[in-house]
Amino acid sequence: MKSKRPSIPYLGWMLVFTIVPLLMVLYYAFTDKAGNFTLKNFVNVSDYSHIFLYSLYVALISTVICLVLAYPLSFFISRCTQRKQSVIIMFLMVPMWMNFLLRVYAWVLILQTNGPLDTLLQIFGIHTTLINNTGAVIVGMVYEFLPFMILPIQSVMSKIDNSLIEAAQDLGCNGLYVFRKVVFPLSVPGIISGVTMVFVPTASTFLVAQYLGGDQLMIGDDIERVFQFNHNTGSAIALVLMVVILGFLVFMNRFGDKEAVGR
Amino acid sequence: MKKSVVSLKDINFKYSNEVILNNINLDIYDREFITLLGPSGCGKTTTLRIIAGFESPQEGDVFFEGEKVNDLPPHKRNVNTVFQKYALFPHLNVFDNVAFGLKLKKMPKNEIEDRVKRMLAIVDLKGYEKRSVKSLSGGQQQRVAIARALVCDPKVVLLDEPLGALDLKLRKDMQIELKQLQLKTQKTFVYVTHDQEEALTMSDRVVVMNNGVIAQIGTPEDIYNEPANAFVADFIGEANILNGVMLEDEKVRILGVELDCVDKGFEHNAPVDVVIRPEDIEVVDPSQAKLVGVVEDIVFKGVHFEISVRCENCQWLIHSTVAPHLGDRIGMRVDPFNIHIMPKMFLLPNNEVYTDVYYSDKENNTTTIRIEGNEITIPDTYYEEGTSLKIILPPDALSIAGDGVGDIDEMYIESVIWKGEHNEIILESDERKWIMQSDTDEQVATYVPVSFDFSRAEISEVTDNEE
Repeated sequence: MKSKRPSIPYLGWMLVFTIVPLLMVLYYAFTDKAGNFTLKNFVNVSDYSHIFLYSLYVALISTVICLVLAYPLSFFISRCTQRKQSVIIMFLMVPMWMNFLLRVYAWVLILQTNGPLDTLLQIFGIHTTLINNTGAVIVGMVYEFLPFMILPIQSVMSKIDNSLIEAAQDLGCNGLYVFRKVVFPLSVPGIISGVTMVFVPTASTFLVAQYLGGDQLMIGDDIERVFQFNHNTGSAIALVLMVVILGFLVFMNRFGDKEAVGR
Repeated sequence: MKKSVVSLKDINFKYSNEVILNNINLDIYDREFITLLGPSGCGKTTTLRIIAGFESPQEGDVFFEGEKVNDLPPHKRNVNTVFQKYALFPHLNVFDNVAFGLKLKKMPKNEIEDRVKRMLAIVDLKGYEKRSVKSLSGGQQQRVAIARALVCDPKVVLLDEPLGALDLKLRKDMQIELKQLQLKTQKTFVYVTHDQEEALTMSDRVVVMNNGVIAQIGTPEDIYNEPANAFVADFIGEANILNGVMLEDEKVRILGVELDCVDKGFEHNAPVDVVIRPEDIEVVDPSQAKLVGVVEDIVFKGVHFEISVRCENCQWLIHSTVAPHLGDRIGMRVDPFNIHIMPKMFLLPNNEVYTDVYYSDKENNTTTIRIEGNEITIPDTYYEEGTSLKIILPPDALSIAGDGVGDIDEMYIESVIWKGEHNEIILESDERKWIMQSDTDEQVATYVPVSFDFSRAEISEVTDNEE
């Protein structure tokens, strides 16, 4: 029998910082200001449905862009030598050593009207607003979460034994078929965890939209705003968001299992 | 004349400046079972990969049924490989793994099904179609890998140490099965292994490789009975290998004893390697033999006794069905045709170095020379700077530096052969070869630091007119 004792500090941590806050959210969501049971909070949530949909839309687009950017890059990295892989991964991680907020600010500076990018475009005669729109939010999201797409895909891909690729070539696969028949199917678990790791935080994050999106906020920002004057409605929105994300995770895992079984 | 399926012509292959294959010439005939045999690092796997198309040689040509295929990518070659660690596709089940190649050929579905089923029956995996390959045992995975290669009906099947990961019993069974499979399917098998017994058991012909060159090509019988040099004799089976001198045709001297043999054509008094198989030595009364020794050890091996005999300074190994007693003085008789004479792999008995004095120190009485860029200081010797020197280093003046810092930091061990009383090791530095004597066993195909003991060396000045 393995001793369970070493897990005690961890369980304590979980209890205080995860379980208790969750229970508090649950309690607030089903009570009114006086502490009586009510479902009225959830009726209020429907006022925010368009923001919900908008958030999921932004998250979806950001995730797809991350995937399109990360997949070829991950493949390239995974075929490098171990040493090169570590160096490239390190460079990918460097921006993450900076504070999340500072990185968002950096994008505000880059994209703002009469900022560097805007000035450059004006030279070429392109006059447009780069900031305070959905595009800017997506750029910010992709920038923030791209490493979370690259890392899981790269780690799965680098585990694909070179002899499998050689075996495929040996059996008659040209480059394209090697990819379709071997590399892609074997990288699906990486894609699934990458998509999960990008979609979930982009759907629920806050601040990015506040700085880059102008008036159009996302659900995370709204939860923060609502919480300031009404814990109960805020908790209800957070709970609904949690359920939506949970549903998404279950769906992704199902999809993953099906892939793993084959065909 | 037999038809050759694959021909390698003057193949040279380097990997980041290291010579892996050095002028390989090989014809592989139709429907033969040919084995590339050699220690790790000898280039056998690289040769196989060149045939498969995974590597292309810097020099030389690869022909497939007379057609040059140097630039043909692997997927267009009519060969299939059984990989060392099987390389089965983990996301596919047994059926789809085997059908992989056929599906790419756009074969009709029912024909694919037919052929896969038939092939699975041949490798004894009927009914395993829907199983995940991850759930199979090593031996079963091996069979799937073989089926996957064979089902494509290639002209040549390449097998890269396919039995290496299996346990001994299973390996023996698979050896026989593979040979039968080859006979049944009438395909050319090119098999790579470092296991000499495996090679002898299965092959029609064996290619013994060492250090990027082919040491010998022949039938298993040829290779065993008529090894081309001491390396082959040592690698295949057990052998007593001794330094000898060829006195004249059909007369050789070993350990101070003149023996009759059947080889001729050597120069008089040429140093040679003499190989005698342990089973070719007959234990007789001391009065009836020229070679006499004392029995030091007897081990019963079932079919025969393994007897260790000390004769002069040398340890002899004898396989005999009659057992003498420990401490007995016995005579060892060998029929002349069982004494195999082969030219030395390293022609000179000593290492000769010609160099100029790079730096010398009168006060400390030292002389410094440079060998291949390494500064080496000779103690207790003084020659003026610039003097040309000839240094003769006998094999026992070289040693592997135990502390890891040698006079030359990296020498490649090309071969290690037990010569009765010590190991004879042939080393390769950047520019030349060296011969070394050692009492310890060293690992072939590794790099070691080597020190010189100049107190055993013979150093002399070379004057201009001598050059």
